[in-house]
Amino acid sequence: MIIRPVRYFLVVILLLFNSLSFAQHTVENNDSHSANEDEIEQEEIFNAGDMILEHIVDSYEWHILSYGDFHLSFPLPVIVYHDGSLITFLSSAFHHGHSPALFDANNNIINSDDITHNQSIVFGLAVMHDGAHKGKLAYINTDEYLKHHQIVENTEAGMPYDFSITKNVLALWLSLIFILWVFISVAKSYKSRKGLAPKGIQSMLEPFIIFIRDDIAKASIGERKYEKYLPYLLTIFFFIFFNNLIGLIPFFPGGANLTGNIAVTMVLALFTFVITNVSGNKNYWVHLVNTPGVPWWLKFPVPLMPIVEFVGLLTKPFVLMVRLFANITAGHIIVLGFISLIFIFGNMNPAVGYGVSVVSIAFAIFLTFLEFLVALIQAYVFTLLSALYFGAATEEHH
Amino acid sequence: MELVNPGVGLIFWMTLSFGIVLFLLSKFVWPMILGSLKEREEGITNSLEAAKQAREEIQNLQSNNEQLLKEARDEREELIREAGRLKDDLINSAKVEADVEAKQIIDSAKAVIEQEKSAALSELKNKVADLSIEIAEKLLRAELSVDKKQKGLMDKLISDADNQLN
Repeated sequence: MIIRPVRYFLVVILLLFNSLSFAQHTVENNDSHSANEDEIEQEEIFNAGDMILEHIVDSYEWHILSYGDFHLSFPLPVIVYHDGSLITFLSSAFHHGHSPALFDANNNIINSDDITHNQSIVFGLAVMHDGAHKGKLAYINTDEYLKHHQIVENTEAGMPYDFSITKNVLALWLSLIFILWVFISVAKSYKSRKGLAPKGIQSMLEPFIIFIRDDIAKASIGERKYEKYLPYLLTIFFFIFFNNLIGLIPFFPGGANLTGNIAVTMVLALFTFVITNVSGNKNYWVHLVNTPGVPWWLKFPVPLMPIVEFVGLLTKPFVLMVRLFANITAGHIIVLGFISLIFIFGNMNPAVGYGVSVVSIAFAIFLTFLEFLVALIQAYVFTLLSALYFGAATEEHH
Repeated sequence: MELVNPGVGLIFWMTLSFGIVLFLLSKFVWPMILGSLKEREEGITNSLEAAKQAREEIQNLQSNNEQLLKEARDEREELIREAGRLKDDLINSAKVEADVEAKQIIDSAKAVIEQEKSAALSELKNKVADLSIEIAEKLLRAELSVDKKQKGLMDKLISDADNQLN
């Protein structure tokens, strides 16, 4: 009984020291970079907003940790479709986003060390630091870069078709491999232990599978048709649930905010949307165009009801997309916000930083536990709503 | 803006990769898992049903056993009773037979004794008669040597014999 509080205290102290050293290094790195590049003696203070955003958005490299001047991160392949051909290079060409990648007429990358004014630079690509396309790969104004060493977007060139293997794409593949591995092994153990009680990982996942089958699919779609949709429901549930959990791991191979990325949730919502409308029966479409039980004047001169129904049709996937994205991202922002508090106060006075860290870490731990719950709830909600939409689309009669 | 601005590349890779995994899982993995689950659930239901039936059967068997035991006990008692009766009968009949035989033996013994007695008597009679005749002969011889005496004796003897015989 005495050991317990002591252990908790040690954990808090350890976390606290780690966090503080991380804070100092972040500040130092920022300082050194600004000193090297812009030669401006400007004291860069810790910007919580930038730090948080950096952690939750996609990235062209996978940053693991920085210790002093040492950055542990690995570059990822950038794939851009430019002018009828695919250009592939490693994101290390951007030097952690500080410099652009410049190309000649043959789409060959030009080494940034031997850039001279008269070289045949045709176009350049860089990760935008600000503006409408912040964080995205865009064409830059090469003249501006050569003259003033500043990255300015070339707005006339439009946006490149960017198919890069970003941090989120890699995290997506890793998670999909993990999911495949888990469920293939589970399926194998179902095969080898036919008719026997579940064991190991199989018994951990079986309650979820049975819950989705009985309480989501059967309950929402009905006994007769649920089997057709069950594989999709199981897949999205475990995809969202696993990725929510992986997103909570702060280090590689976790740390990518995959289910808190709007592109990922958009694709998931679109899958549900497409399946819903493909499986929609006559009843469903009649309900959409000519809603029964509504006075005719709401439909005929001005098709008010059809418009409302059509908006509802589009709102459903939109809401699915935003709900998952917002819940997961908000959770990450709050946890990171509490961690940021330590650095903000630590910049004022290290002693205050230490003091605040105790409270901040406690809240961050509490919120992480809350996030575990949210991870499950959001996966459940997404799956349940998808099932309800499928159920509505295949409903026979009222 | 960056946060809510979906990237084309990620959409592309997500659609492609998720689609492939969805296909693989739906085609190979989920049917196997769901099939096994269903099979096992049916198996459990069947086993429970079978167990219930077996229990009922055992109960039936038990009541059967009891019935059989009771019957066997009854039969045993019946047998014992029968045996007792048989024993009594046997003893009785043996007694009767023994009595009868004993009587017969006694009777035959009596008859033999009677026979022997009568034989002995007749033999004795004959002997006595013979002896008498002998004596009489001797006497007669002696007596008959005188004629008078012979006649008197004859008469006397005949009357004696008459008296004796009557």
